[in-house]
Amino acid sequence: MNWAGLYTVLSGVNRHSTAIGRIWLSVIFIFRIMVLVVAAESVWGDEKSAFTCNTQQPGCNSVCYDHFFPISHIRLWALQLILVTTPALLVAMHVAYQQHQEKKLLVLTGHGDPKHMEEVKKHKMRISGSLWWTYVCSVVFRLLFEAVFMYIFYMLYPGYQMLRLVKCEAYPCPNIVDCFISRPTEKTIFTVFMLVTSSICIVLNMAELVYLVVRACARRGQHNSNPSSGKSSFYGHKLSSEYKQNEINQLLTDQDGSLKDMLRRNPGLQEKGDRCSAC
Amino acid sequence: MDWGALHTVLGGVNKHSTSIGKIWLTVLFIFRIMILVVAAEKVWGDEQDDFVCNTLQPGCKNVCYDHFFPISHIRLWALQLIFVSTPALLVAMHVAYRRHEKKRQFRKGDQKCEYKDIEEIRRQRFHIDGSLWWTYTSSIFFRLVFEAVFMYAFYFMYDGFRMPRLMKCSAWPCPNIVDCFVSRPTEKTVFTIFMIAVSSICILLNVAELCYLLAKFFLRRSKKAGNPKHHPNHENKEETKQNEMNELISDSCQNTVIGFTS
Repeated sequence: MNWAGLYTVLSGVNRHSTAIGRIWLSVIFIFRIMVLVVAAESVWGDEKSAFTCNTQQPGCNSVCYDHFFPISHIRLWALQLILVTTPALLVAMHVAYQQHQEKKLLVLTGHGDPKHMEEVKKHKMRISGSLWWTYVCSVVFRLLFEAVFMYIFYMLYPGYQMLRLVKCEAYPCPNIVDCFISRPTEKTIFTVFMLVTSSICIVLNMAELVYLVVRACARRGQHNSNPSSGKSSFYGHKLSSEYKQNEINQLLTDQDGSLKDMLRRNPGLQEKGDRCSAC
Repeated sequence: MDWGALHTVLGGVNKHSTSIGKIWLTVLFIFRIMILVVAAEKVWGDEQDDFVCNTLQPGCKNVCYDHFFPISHIRLWALQLIFVSTPALLVAMHVAYRRHEKKRQFRKGDQKCEYKDIEEIRRQRFHIDGSLWWTYTSSIFFRLVFEAVFMYAFYFMYDGFRMPRLMKCSAWPCPNIVDCFVSRPTEKTVFTIFMIAVSSICILLNVAELCYLLAKFFLRRSKKAGNPKHHPNHENKEETKQNEMNELISDSCQNTVIGFTS
């Protein structure tokens, strides 16, 4: 499992995201993960071997390096990227659960053939109902993780700038020893770059959150002005046959169009006494 | 996520590019990214380890290396290639958006929608016209800007494109003016000149593509102005689309029929 594996896993989530979510995912993969892998890792590659202290005292070098770099930038960024991308898996799990429910419904109505099962897998879920809440939670968690890591970064490495020289007096260094960091300017450039992209991702997440909330309010406003549609409460009448028929109809209208089309062109696929009301 | 993944992502954009755009993408991947990965990275691999200064003063080598190489050539090229290839994603997003709209029309059963099958919409190649033309032209413009900015940054940081053998350094804690020797200067100069040359070729290709798109745009406009009676924009589009559809249908007809009758 490496970054490519994560890319495969998250590409599937992309289908059910909003447009801003897709942009966010592209920024994460191209401007953060890719830059980390192809550029930043080689800059920090020799960070310990080229960390030189002006002393011959054995152990002083190691102790000073450990004192100034409790956790390397590269590892922090890797952790940040993993934690920031994983809330999207909540959405993937919810979508998989909804697809499983749809497949069960299709089997109940006698459309359990492989073609219909494939249609369920291929069609894009609308972000509404409980999926909306899951999606919003995942965006909130992303924001939280980004903010926490930016703060940790600032606590560990105040000012985000990498100094050329650090003075160290930890045991066993005999006195205040000058220690020189390798490639400080290049490291500062990449730190600032990663910081900027992190801020862009935070802005995108906030925009996505606002977009989702506004969309939900707009939909609710439409729903209130059209009270005749969908009167029944979400929890009531769940097992009634009417509700089941409505769900089936909704399912059939929400399909890609090809299912409806298929049923229209092949009436033999429909059961005899069970004409689809959405067709 | 590495260069291979970027190749996969951008390969999809290739379908909707002009011929010059396809050539540009090939040059980018073969003569720049591939050269960077298989050759240049090894040349610069030991750049700090083999950067030797004529002093025993601890820290002097680190400081002098940092002073002369604020950012390594390899990292600069990697960033340049990432920035230069990403505007193409704007085109990919626009195409995906158009496809999404066509699918919506198809699902609504819109009479205007001329597609018989949702698969046809997925396979269709869009012409570069209308708003897609503006997106495409903007992406080329951004590519040009990024190429130029990085070339300038390169020239500014390294005072020309030649790698000297010897550098004189007097930054603290070096005790005096110290001689520092760069590893593989000639090989680095060769690769630097090669990458600059290919970068210039890419700039030329982008400029040519921009001119081609502008020429096509003005030609189409003058045709429209010269033929005001029938609406060439709508009718030619409809005719061309119908022709394409007929081609696609006749190509896939057998499979579709077999699929439904079974």
